[in-house]
Amino acid sequence: MTLVDHLPALLIIAPLAGAAITFVTERSVDRIVAVLTSIIITLFSGMLLYRVASGGAFRYEIGGWGAPIGIDLVADGPAALFLLLTAVVGTAVTIYATAYFPKDCGTSYGHGLFWTLWLFMWTSLNALFLTGDVFNVYVCLELIGISAVALVTLKGDADALRAGARYLFASMLAAMTYLLGVALLYSSTGQLDMEMLRATLTPDSGAATGLALMVAALVLKTALVPAHFWLPTAHASAPTPVSAALSALVVKASYFAILRLMLSVMPPGFIPGAGTLLGILGSMAIIWGSLQAMRQTRIKQWVAYSTVAQIGYLFIVFPLADSGADVLAAALGGVLLHALSHGLAKTALFLGAGSLMDRFGHNEIARMTGAARTLPVLTATVALAGVTMMGLPPSGGFGSKWQLVSASIGAGQWWWALVLGLGGLLAAAYMFRVLAVLLSDTPTEVRPTHAPVRLEWLPLALAVAALFFVFAAPFVDSLAGISTIMLHAGVTP
Amino acid sequence: MSTYLIYSLGGAVIFAIGLYALLARRHLVHKVIGANLMGSGTFLVLIGLGNRAPGGTPDPVPQAMVLTGIVVTVALTALGLAITKRYFSATGLDDLDTDPREGDHP
Amino acid sequence: MRDRLKIMPLLASLAALGIIATTIIGLPSTAPGLSAQMNANAETIGIKNVVTAVLLDFRGYDTLLEISVLMLATVAVLSLRVPPSESRRRLTGESGLLLGSLTRLLAPFMIVIAGFLVWVGSSGPGGAFQAGAVLGAGGILLALAGYDRPAWVRQSLIRVALTIGLLAFIAIALLPILNGGTLLEYPDSARKTLLLLLEGLLTLSIGASLASLFLASASRGQDGGGR
Repeated sequence: MTLVDHLPALLIIAPLAGAAITFVTERSVDRIVAVLTSIIITLFSGMLLYRVASGGAFRYEIGGWGAPIGIDLVADGPAALFLLLTAVVGTAVTIYATAYFPKDCGTSYGHGLFWTLWLFMWTSLNALFLTGDVFNVYVCLELIGISAVALVTLKGDADALRAGARYLFASMLAAMTYLLGVALLYSSTGQLDMEMLRATLTPDSGAATGLALMVAALVLKTALVPAHFWLPTAHASAPTPVSAALSALVVKASYFAILRLMLSVMPPGFIPGAGTLLGILGSMAIIWGSLQAMRQTRIKQWVAYSTVAQIGYLFIVFPLADSGADVLAAALGGVLLHALSHGLAKTALFLGAGSLMDRFGHNEIARMTGAARTLPVLTATVALAGVTMMGLPPSGGFGSKWQLVSASIGAGQWWWALVLGLGGLLAAAYMFRVLAVLLSDTPTEVRPTHAPVRLEWLPLALAVAALFFVFAAPFVDSLAGISTIMLHAGVTP
Repeated sequence: MSTYLIYSLGGAVIFAIGLYALLARRHLVHKVIGANLMGSGTFLVLIGLGNRAPGGTPDPVPQAMVLTGIVVTVALTALGLAITKRYFSATGLDDLDTDPREGDHP
Repeated sequence: MRDRLKIMPLLASLAALGIIATTIIGLPSTAPGLSAQMNANAETIGIKNVVTAVLLDFRGYDTLLEISVLMLATVAVLSLRVPPSESRRRLTGESGLLLGSLTRLLAPFMIVIAGFLVWVGSSGPGGAFQAGAVLGAGGILLALAGYDRPAWVRQSLIRVALTIGLLAFIAIALLPILNGGTLLEYPDSARKTLLLLLEGLLTLSIGASLASLFLASASRGQDGGGR
């Protein structure tokens, strides 16, 4: 077996080893370990993507046993795409964090442990994207949840603690419900591997109840309206690099698990109405999230509600999943493209917002006037990231909307297209409200900064990448097809 | 009624009690206990249903799942209590509904 | 504080109970699950306790992540500590005659029992987690009885103790890759030795983690009042 064959395992072990190492090393070494690890992971993720794109999906049997005795890792198109997104965003967050966290913070308390916590989170994300076992998903969800909560509370102030506590209780509710779902699922099917489940699932109440509980729990973790109550405060109260990782990656992880359960495990129509329900909730998220974003006065809360809205788009694939292979391919490609471009743009938006807060010295949007003149790079970042949020061409947001609209019409469910259009208008509304302030004529004082330039140019680079992401659509679509998800429509990948 | 049903249904009852506590009780420690109960209830359901294996010895897979679940629950509980304690020392509050700022401008 | 009875959570709780109970009752009263295959495979590798075989061998990857969860929680709790500059007195219990002497008697026994639990785990109920729990409890008991941390147990040593289990697990997991196998594919010849070594180091880390989870949060005289 070559290195490439082992990539699924290495993509999980590398950040895990990094986390363990940073716990015993000094602060200054921690940063180097983290940057090195992120470079290695990005390399591995790229190699894995190339392997899957050219050679097809493959399974990795941990321990040599293979399902159902052992646990398998599944490297298919969607997993490889998400792994690369995590690598790119993760590297950006790592580099931003080396400038964001001051070097002299002591090792034991608060900020000093950021690197360990961050690398644990990275491990958990990679592990979840690759796993093929539903109980393993539970353990990965816990890893993600604990690291996320710890990172949210890192600042230690009352707001962060309150947001972290709320996030933790939501996580606990989701985790326990998910575990009970797995208990019922295993007790009725005797299987934990996703592939085996798909092969042996029969319509009986035990499995359906179990799967419904699992999906419900994951919906809570993905903050789909109405289960979004914990997200805005959590994402807004966290340190800036953490906010970016949370919005860009963490919510996508539990979403990915929903994709697997709904489309790779469950045959069409297994839980009647589930797909439509998820689509309706997604539409509510798009509308409600955008409306709330328009009302925000503080910049990070504004970005966080934008996340609530954008998550809704991801759920439009579910009502369209049973309408044939072409529709499913278009819809799946659309949501994957959306997840990727949103990941890049949201990271840019949060990092840019954090830098704006740092330069202005406060977080109130209304007082950030004239930033276009005083902070042109950051203003450009916010504007360009906004293009993706609004779904204007040639951004990835546009490409994904386009595909979802054509999938909706192809399935005869044209009403989703209306929601998508409305979402774009609402996004324009909440974007322009902020951009108007930033572009206004009356410049306000900004603090001079000795911060390294990467705090400004890095977010801009990500926003530009998302801006042209529509050109990645064919590639994303072809990778979406390299997955057992397509079996949902009867197409052998 | 078979033995396994007693444990499994008992576990379901405990899960439901824990769910109520997590959702309804205001004190943070009560919420943590509620989450714990949900976990314990699920473990009982797993062990109970795992007892249906033919041939005398129970199914080892639910047992392994429960062992892993216990460790994870301990980790979550410890974190929940640590946050509660830290929040209390920062604000003097033990529930999330009271706003620590109480109208002051942030 | 007295909580009113809240209707929505009550309904949710009762609905959950109803759905779950109905599902459970509807399940067949005999179901092998994966037990047959697990038992058979455990015999081929010679581990008599099937649960240990499942935990450390077949589904060892779950255990690897689980150790990570425990260590992660310890790191998280450590990150929530208030720095010592903000008056934080160390946990010192009044060690009365009974508690002090009982602890002195029990502590060595607990170490021996922990070792026994690790050893017996391959053939009967036992293993790293159970042993680690005993060790952790022993550490907490010593602290509660007023024994201060000895000078040679420095921060760095504690960190190493917390990490050694995970690092050993990672190393043992990666080793088979160099020999042409997959992650965690133990070679048949060395399986027993590797597992025992792994369990020993895991016990140490689990014990340290569990003790730290308690002791890192524990203190007296925090500001904010309280009972």
